[in-house]
Amino acid sequence: MRHRKRTWIPGLLLISPSLILLAVFVYGLIGWTVDLSMQDRHNARPSKGFVGLDNYDKLFNHDINDRFTHSLLNLLVFTVVFIVGTIVLGLLWSLLLERGARAEGFFRTVYLFPMAVSFVASGVVWRWLMNPGQGENAGGINAIFEGLGLHFLEGPWWTDPDWGMAAMAMPAVWQLSGYVMALFLAGFRGIPDELREAAVVDGATTFQLYRRVLFPQLTPTILSALIITGHMSMKMFDLIMSVSGAQWLTEVPAVYVWQTLLTRDYAKAAAISVFLLLVVAVVVVPYLIHVNRSEKRS
Amino acid sequence: MRLSRRMAVAAVAFGTLMATVACTSTDEPGTGTGTKEVEVFTWWADGGEKAGLTGLETVFGTECKDFKFVNGAVAGGAGSNAKQVLASRLQQGTPPDTFQAHAGAELSDYINDDQIEDLSAQYGEWGLSNAFPKGLIDNLTVDGKIYSVPANIHRANVLWGNKTVLAKAGITKDATTLEGFFADLDKLKAAGVATPLALGKDWTQQMLFEALLISKLGPEKFNALWNGTGDWAGADMTAAITDYKKLLTYTNSDRDTFDWTDAEKMLMDGKAAYQLMGDWEAADLDAKGFKDYSYSVFPGNGNVFQWLADSFVLPKGAKNADGTKCWLKTVGSAAGQAEFNKKKGSIPARTDVPADGFPAYQQAAMNDWKTAVQVPSCPHGSACAQTWQGAVGSAQGKFSTDGDVAALQAALASAAAEFGPKAK
Repeated sequence: MRHRKRTWIPGLLLISPSLILLAVFVYGLIGWTVDLSMQDRHNARPSKGFVGLDNYDKLFNHDINDRFTHSLLNLLVFTVVFIVGTIVLGLLWSLLLERGARAEGFFRTVYLFPMAVSFVASGVVWRWLMNPGQGENAGGINAIFEGLGLHFLEGPWWTDPDWGMAAMAMPAVWQLSGYVMALFLAGFRGIPDELREAAVVDGATTFQLYRRVLFPQLTPTILSALIITGHMSMKMFDLIMSVSGAQWLTEVPAVYVWQTLLTRDYAKAAAISVFLLLVVAVVVVPYLIHVNRSEKRS
Repeated sequence: MRLSRRMAVAAVAFGTLMATVACTSTDEPGTGTGTKEVEVFTWWADGGEKAGLTGLETVFGTECKDFKFVNGAVAGGAGSNAKQVLASRLQQGTPPDTFQAHAGAELSDYINDDQIEDLSAQYGEWGLSNAFPKGLIDNLTVDGKIYSVPANIHRANVLWGNKTVLAKAGITKDATTLEGFFADLDKLKAAGVATPLALGKDWTQQMLFEALLISKLGPEKFNALWNGTGDWAGADMTAAITDYKKLLTYTNSDRDTFDWTDAEKMLMDGKAAYQLMGDWEAADLDAKGFKDYSYSVFPGNGNVFQWLADSFVLPKGAKNADGTKCWLKTVGSAAGQAEFNKKKGSIPARTDVPADGFPAYQQAAMNDWKTAVQVPSCPHGSACAQTWQGAVGSAQGKFSTDGDVAALQAALASAAAEFGPKAK
């Protein structure tokens, strides 16, 4: 008995600093933010009292110009384009490489490399590439189209009121597709060769081999890719700030939090943050539970 | 034996980590500030602003020999970094001895939070009440009290022009009425200037809208909008927004991607004929070597001077209140204002500073300042607090993309109701 006690004490002691720091700076502060989001505190003075879910009600029903709902819609467009874009491109690239392309290592690096660039740096470049000027004022991609005589392809990019956020997702797709490709490539490599050989012996065509044998094995990989790109997308801030700056047209919840904090509306900023955390949690927590279960099973 | 050694290692590691955490948290900000030192907190870390601050420091050195100037400038983000640092210092109860803030309604955040002292008595003592124009004193006064000393004045409602482009379209004199201005814009379009009026994003759009409001409503009704007695929902406001929508059709459609310097470049390149911008544009155009510009007050504004100002305050709990008062006295003095503004490219808030030694534009503005009717500006903090400004900016951004007149008016009215002086 004494012996067992002794074995766990050093371990607990060693991890306790990180446990304490996590408890205070992550979970403690989440609790503090949730509390703040239910206070009547819209300036730097102390709270005027507990107001329950009023701040959330205001966000959804009484925000001027429905600003919050507008930012959620922007985020939805961005997220859909971002996730679909990275998964389609990543899958395509990994398929090409998986088929045994020459110089695979080289191409893998080329596709993966954009991920090393920060969103701020690529945002500054894409801001110029996606210059919305057209005709004689064209810049960036529009200027290339103009030079090629393809006027009809020139677009307003992110300044389009309805689909601008789809253009905003382009830099993110460009950056993260390589990463998703690497995930898929690892997934393909994890499938035992025996399975492929058995399928070929049974007379499966290449299409059937992928459709019936390989893709079903990739389900966990697709799930990971969805979760990783999904939660990145919901917290998107730096890319948007460097392409467009904070403005109505491209506002997403994370940018809205920033704007609200700058004007000292603490409770409102906290309410948006908590809502954002909940949305991300809805995506991430089931995944964590799933991973945990499958690890226990094996 | 092996186990107890592991235990010892773990205990030492744990102890060290916790000690590190404890040490870093006891590091107090602003240690070593003696009572003779005056920490001046600004975001003036570069260019003309830094030169102006150094000028003030020199005057402070001769006027206030007992005290020592400590530069607490925080660079970056056009002041947003500094504002973040300041907010946390005020919350912790360790304010600098004085800090920079836009004069006017933007101070109401600090006033409501009970973070700065009333300076009305000092205004009398130092003779500032008579040295500043009455219109400015009226705009600065909150419930009978004044809380800051402005160091400079900028004018927001100035229309800048490219002389060559204007001459080509046969315009030799800037319009003085809104109707005349629209006629000139049409002339420019007919002469082949696709976007006669260059415009940038959010706050530059707010500035253009306010200049137009001054023309449509006149200074009294415009002032009333901000002090809570005006009507944002009236028919005259609808007419003004409709005119503003028309005005936007003469501007560049990619305005939401432009900063004010991008719009300025359109003017310099001759792609646009006009731009509305504050008078810091004069110094900027000079610095860029562009001489071919004209300037006039926005058409229909008459003798209205839409002002904005940087000012200094006395925070509650400042370590060296006497030193701060001496600094504020220097900021408000004729010598201090002359020294600061010649270097920064703005004009003195006082009307009794000799104009010689100032550049041509500033001399003209100083002359106007004496006789003008003063009105404040929301995007620059003299008319509204930051929350209000944020809501107006968002509404203007939406209008720039959808042109929905009724939605803009409704948003402006609810912003005034929610964040305006009546809401308090």
